Amino acid sequence: MISKPTHRPTYYEELRQKGYSRRDFMKFCSMIGAYLGLEASGIAQVANALQKTSRVPVIWLHFQECTCCSESFIRSSHPIVADIILDKISLDYTETLMAASGHQAEAAMHKTMQDFNGEYILCVEGSVPTAEDGVYCCIGGKSAMQILDEAAAGAKAIIAWGSCACNGCVQAAKPNPTRATPIHKLVKGKPIIKVPGCPPIGEVMAGVIVHVITFGRLPELDRVGRPKAFYSKRVHDTCYRRPFYDAGLFVETFDDENAQKGYCLYKVGCKGPMTYNACGVTKWNNGTSYPIQSGHGCFGCSEENFWDNGPIYRQMANFPGFGIEADADKIGMVAAGATAVGIAAHAIATNFRKAKLIDDLIHEGKDAEKEL
Amino acid sequence: MASITHSSPHKLRRVFVWQLPVRVYHWLNALAIVALCITGYFIGNPPALLSGAEASDRYLFGWIRFVHFVAAYIFFFNFLFRIYWGFVGNKYADWKNFIPTNKKFFQEIWQVLSIDIFLKKNKEHMSVGHNALAGLVYFFTFIAFMVQCITGFALYANMSDWWFADLFIWASWLFGHDDFALRNWHHATMWFFIVFAMVHVYLVFYHDYVEGRGETSSIVGGWKFIDEEAFHKDQQDTAEWEVKKKGRAIR
Ligand code: SF4
Ligand code: SF4
Repeated sequence: MISKPTHRPTYYEELRQKGYSRRDFMKFCSMIGAYLGLEASGIAQVANALQKTSRVPVIWLHFQECTCCSESFIRSSHPIVADIILDKISLDYTETLMAASGHQAEAAMHKTMQDFNGEYILCVEGSVPTAEDGVYCCIGGKSAMQILDEAAAGAKAIIAWGSCACNGCVQAAKPNPTRATPIHKLVKGKPIIKVPGCPPIGEVMAGVIVHVITFGRLPELDRVGRPKAFYSKRVHDTCYRRPFYDAGLFVETFDDENAQKGYCLYKVGCKGPMTYNACGVTKWNNGTSYPIQSGHGCFGCSEENFWDNGPIYRQMANFPGFGIEADADKIGMVAAGATAVGIAAHAIATNFRKAKLIDDLIHEGKDAEKEL
Repeated sequence: MASITHSSPHKLRRVFVWQLPVRVYHWLNALAIVALCITGYFIGNPPALLSGAEASDRYLFGWIRFVHFVAAYIFFFNFLFRIYWGFVGNKYADWKNFIPTNKKFFQEIWQVLSIDIFLKKNKEHMSVGHNALAGLVYFFTFIAFMVQCITGFALYANMSDWWFADLFIWASWLFGHDDFALRNWHHATMWFFIVFAMVHVYLVFYHDYVEGRGETSSIVGGWKFIDEEAFHKDQQDTAEWEVKKKGRAIR
């Protein structure tokens, strides 16, 4: 448990205590700077901030989720991330990683909330069920809604981790029985950073949190509230298969020759063209690969409603209200077919109903011809 | 053989209906729509091409998309121009042809429906410019134009460095920041254009076939031919329209 000492060690001091060299520290700063898309001078800023500021307490809450965000985070590539953030977070509050449990854990969280009122960062993983007064997710006798309200009240800023917290993810899929609700719809008046993805990329999470704790302010956000550094481009714009797309060379089925040649996965349902994420650049598992690189299309895990915008293996989504297998083209073709039938019927009927008019025209024409 | 005298031979008068800007608008619009539909359909459903060529030698899909974007810009600014012309053009181009503002408009719609669509026996409807039903349908097409422009440029905004496309970004917010939905609606609306074009071309042929007054060629040269009686009525209308318009301009 943290008490509030008069001098709190800075991040840098804590790292030196843990045995990191200055060189390790600077390497880490450059790495994070690169992820954040900072220029060289920005790296010095990161280093400066970490040397001057003392640790910002973090409360990390878990609601309706699968913990994949935490899993992703603890695999982010640099050990310092874990050392300066995770080790310490676990002292504040996070259900999955802390040593404390039960009343001790609750007490730790409340102490943090009191001691650092208005200073701590609240990270939320998971959506909040709002149906039936929130009974679908209760921890320590309180509903997720209550816990969120309490914790948000004194937070300096909120980070919504993953698609669950940002848009509800699969538990918000139709018909959304628990009325799973993303954080920004429940908390008003606090700065919220959305870091969508199922899960978000570990390095992205590290970049965001380091930005917040070092600079003490939010990274630049896009109109949806996502950090621009990671979500301003579509997967499609940074995809290494893009030249095949532009050439019109597509995989038709997963087992054809084109798939072996590594052509674009657009026709087997890749949603990269609608998905804003850093997968094509940062990749996953320390830059090893990402879904498209291993031959599977992106299914848009970081986008609103991706779960209801299926089918996964087709490009065109089902058209709302027309049942499964009815995409816009099928409906359009039926409409065009019906129109063609209507036109043919009208054309035939015209010859009967307007016979006299047409006859008159013809006679008039013939008469005129005679007068020539 | 005795010549069959026609009961009431049509005395036709020539009327200049479609001004040059209207005709240019029409054909640019038609070309753009055809290009947009074809390329748009391919963007949604790329053809299966089995080719041994290397990607570096080809840019097929890039070109398809390029044509789509160029046609989209032409389509959009052409449409803006037509709206402008609805305020400065002649009576037949006036915006009031498209938006029902009085009871007469609805009466005419009903007339056209019963005569041309439900085929009242051996009757023909005399209109010089757009008939009321056509006008209203064009109004719906303008709405479809708007939907296509807004959703299209919203989708395009991310690929464009120009501020212009960014003006449409809010549309993605309308769809809950869901590019999938945006794209789906953009694609679905294409079918409205296809169905519209089918009916439009058919009805042009229908009018020429039944009435023989130069419906088809009017959009090339601008001239239509109408019966003496209808001509005089139309002249009166035009005079009234001009007076009203001047009145509006003075106020
Ligand atoms: S594989 Fe997907 S993201 Fe990559 S170019 Fe093709 S459609 Fe775009
Ligand atoms: S490639 Fe697409 S589905 Fe896969 S992790 Fe990235 S954003 Fe999510």
